[in-house]
Amino acid sequence: MSDQSLDQKISQAKEALDQHVRDMVKWHFSPETGCDFWLDKAKTLDFNPLEDVTCFADCKKFPLFEDEEFRGGPLDKWIPKGLAGKPTYVFETGGTTGIPKSRVVIEDHWIDYENFSDTLPDEHFPKGANWLMLGPSGPRRLRLAVEHLAQHRGGICFCVDLDPRWVVKLLKKGKTDEAKAYAEHVIDQAVTILKANHNVQCMFATPKLLEALAMKLIDDGSSIEEAGITGIFAGGTEFTPQWYRFCKEELLGEDVYITPTYGNTLMGLACGKPFDPADNYKITYFAPEPRAVIEVVNFDNYNEVVEVGETGRVKLYTFTKELFIPGFMERDEGEREEAIDVYPWRGISGTRPFHELLTTTTVGVY
Amino acid sequence: MLEIPVVRWGKEYESMSKMDVVHFETGKTLARVHEANAGLIKMDMKKAKKAREILRQFSIQELVDKCAVAGELYENATLPLGNGEQDPGSFCNMQSATTGLPEHMCRFNMTKNAFVMKNMGEILNALTRGLPYDILTNGYGMEDRGVMVSYQANCDAAGWVLPSNSPGVHTLWLPVIPLQMGLVLKPGPAEPWTPYRMYEAFAQAGIPREAFCLYPGGADKGAELGGAVLESCERSVIFGGLATIERYHGNPKISAHGPGFSKIILGDDVVDDWEKYLDIMVDSVYVNSGRSCISCSGIWASRHTAEIADAMAQRLGPIAPLPMNDPNSGLAAFTMPGAAKAMNGQIDDGCKSGAVTEATSKYRDGDRLVENERCDFLRPTVLHVSDADDPMANTEFMFPFCSVVECPQDKMISKIGYTLVGSCITEDETFSRQLLDATNIDRLNIGEVKTLQLNWLQPHEGNIIDFLFRARAFQNSPPPPH
Repeated sequence: MSDQSLDQKISQAKEALDQHVRDMVKWHFSPETGCDFWLDKAKTLDFNPLEDVTCFADCKKFPLFEDEEFRGGPLDKWIPKGLAGKPTYVFETGGTTGIPKSRVVIEDHWIDYENFSDTLPDEHFPKGANWLMLGPSGPRRLRLAVEHLAQHRGGICFCVDLDPRWVVKLLKKGKTDEAKAYAEHVIDQAVTILKANHNVQCMFATPKLLEALAMKLIDDGSSIEEAGITGIFAGGTEFTPQWYRFCKEELLGEDVYITPTYGNTLMGLACGKPFDPADNYKITYFAPEPRAVIEVVNFDNYNEVVEVGETGRVKLYTFTKELFIPGFMERDEGEREEAIDVYPWRGISGTRPFHELLTTTTVGVY
Repeated sequence: MLEIPVVRWGKEYESMSKMDVVHFETGKTLARVHEANAGLIKMDMKKAKKAREILRQFSIQELVDKCAVAGELYENATLPLGNGEQDPGSFCNMQSATTGLPEHMCRFNMTKNAFVMKNMGEILNALTRGLPYDILTNGYGMEDRGVMVSYQANCDAAGWVLPSNSPGVHTLWLPVIPLQMGLVLKPGPAEPWTPYRMYEAFAQAGIPREAFCLYPGGADKGAELGGAVLESCERSVIFGGLATIERYHGNPKISAHGPGFSKIILGDDVVDDWEKYLDIMVDSVYVNSGRSCISCSGIWASRHTAEIADAMAQRLGPIAPLPMNDPNSGLAAFTMPGAAKAMNGQIDDGCKSGAVTEATSKYRDGDRLVENERCDFLRPTVLHVSDADDPMANTEFMFPFCSVVECPQDKMISKIGYTLVGSCITEDETFSRQLLDATNIDRLNIGEVKTLQLNWLQPHEGNIIDFLFRARAFQNSPPPPH
C-alpha cells in the first residue's frame, strides 16, 4: 500500500506532466534539437512556445494537430536534430487507398512497450516465455513493438503474415467470402505456430482474431488454455465490456489472463485498469503519462474537458523526444474516468468509434 | 423499464451492451434491449444440432398443432416479454411506435402472421406437395405410389436476419419450427416485438425454448450480428436492398430477400377497359403503405397510360399523413433520419427525364416530402413514364409509389426485369403462355388479383422446403432388375 493519498499522487503526477511538457517544448522548439516541422510551424504561431508554454494546459494554445500532416514525405522533417543520425523506423497507418500516414520512430516503440511490460503480471506473462503476435504485419508499429516486448521479457516473438489493407479492400468490394478465407489463412498460421512446440505462452491479438483462433481451437477439440497460452493482451475499440465478459467466460476460461489496451501509432499504448469484478467488465484506460495524455473533450469544443462520467471525443497528446503532438482529435469517443491509485491521472472508459464518423469507417479482419 | 434479454437456445442472457428502443415521435424509451455479440452467435451455433434433436422428439404433426395454439396466443394473449408482459394492444402500439407503421397496419400484419401459424398444416402440405411428414423427419420414406424418396435437412438451425420496417416478413420463417429445425433470429433494431412475441407464444404452446435463439442488436451492430448468423448457420435468410441481393447471389447457404419490383400488367385485350381495374391498381400500390416487396411499384400497359396515371393520382395524391393511431392512417413514417429525404431527391432527379411526368403533384396540397422533428413522410406518388428503358420505369421505394409505364405488349416481358409478384390481367392465351414461361416473374397471377393478395399455400421467393432440404437418392434394398 502506498503511503500517499490519491490526491497527493494526482498532484505529483500533474506537476510531473507540467515539467515534462516544459522539457519537451524546449527540446522540440530549440533549433539545436527540434525537427524542421515544428521549427517551421513555430514561425506561423501567434505565440512563442518556448516562452508561452509552461505547463500542460498551455498546450491548448496550439492549433489542433492534423494527422494529414503525416501523409507523404520528406520524412526527414519529423526527425529531431537532437536525434539525427540514429537508426530510424517508419511506421504507417491507413493506406488501403492512396498515400498512408507515416510516422518516424527511433526508440519510442521500445520505450512504450518496456513501460507497458512493467504492468504485466509475471505469473501470466512469464519472463522467458515465447510470444505469438496475432495482428497486422508489414509497416506497422505494433508488429515490431510486440516483438520488442517479447525480447525485453526474455522471449522470442512468433508472427503471422497479415495485410490489413488487402482485407479492407476485399470488404469494400463486398467480397466477404474472400475476406473470411484470408482470416482463416491467418488463423491457420497461428494454429500452426501453437502446435509446433515453441513454448508460446503469451500473446498479443486483436479481439476478432483472438475470437477466431479460440473458435478454431474449440472446433479442433482444444482451447486457448490447452494450447499453452497463459496471458494475452488485446486492443481496439472492439474490446468492449460485453466482449470482455464473453471472452473470459466462454472463450478463455478462468486460468487465462487477458488485459485490454488502447493505443495507436501516434500515442503508444494506454493500459487497462487491472481487472476487478466490482467493475462489472467496465474497461478503463490510462495513457502512459507523461509521455502521452488522453483527454475526453466536449464534442462542440475540443479545448473543454468534460466532467468525470460524461461523454466526449478522445483527444490525444504525445510528448516524447521523437514526437510532439499538442492535441490530436482521435476517431473515438468515450466517458471520462477518475484517476486511480496506480494511474493517478485522467482515464477513459467506453471507447468506441466517434459517432459522427461511424459511417465512413470499414473495420477489417483484425 | 422493460428489459428484453438475448435468448440463447432458450436461455436468457443479460448482455453488458444494451440499446434503447424508442418511440419515434416522442423519443420515449419503450424498452431496453440486450445486445448480442458475434462470438455468442458463433459459439451457440456449435450446439445447433441439439435444437434439431429436441424438436425431433415431437412429430411434425404435433409441432403443427402447437403452432396453431401459438397462433392463437400470439394474436390474443397477454404474453411475457423480458421482465414484463405485453397484451395484443400494446404489441401493436409499440410496434407502430418504433417502426412508423400505423397501428391498424400492425394489427393487420399480426392477423396475417397468426393466420399462417394457425394454418401451418395446410401450408406445409402445399409447400411439400403433399409429402408425408415422416419422410422429412426420418430423411427418407416410401410414398403411397411405391416410390422411395429422401429429403435430407440442409441445416440443424436456420438463421434469419430480419428487417425493422416490414412486420409481414415474419410469416416466412414460421415453417422452420414445425420442420424440426432450430430457429435463429436476428431481429431488426426497431422491431424486436414480433420475434419475441412469437417466441413466447411458441414456448407457451409447448414448443421447447431450447429450439430458439434471438440475437438483438442496434443498427451499429447489424453487420456484426447479421454476418455472424450468415456465417455460422448452414442456411439463412437476409432481408436488404439490391446491394444485399447482389452480394449473396449464387450463395447456396443464403437466401437474400430484397425489393420486389412487383407489377401489374394490363394486356392489350383488356387495357381499353382499364377503369374496371382501378381499385386493384390503387390498392396494390397503397395498402400497407406500399411498404412491402409485394406492393405494386409498376403498372405496365401499351396505351392509356397517361389516363391511368392521372386516375390513380386523383385517388392517391390527396392522401396525407395522419396520427399513427388513426384507423384511416395510410402512410407509414420514415423513422431513420435522412431516408425519406434521400428517396425524395432520387424521385426528383428521376422526374427530370423527358420521359417522366409526375401525375400526383397537381392533386397534392404541398410537397411530397413531409419533414417532422423526429420522423418524415413521403406522400403517395404516381409517375407516368413513356419510355420503358427510363430508369424510373423500374424503381421501388418504401411508400405508395408507382410508375405507370407505356410499353408495347410484345416488349413487356423483356423490359419489366425481375418481378417478385406479377399480376397480369389478360385473357389472351398466347400472352398468358408467354407470361407463364417468363423466368423473371416469381409469383405469377393471371387474373384480377392484387399484388398483395397472397395465397399462403403458394411458395414465396423460392420454396422454403427446397432451401432447407435436399432431395437425394436413398436405397435400402437393391433396385429391381432392369
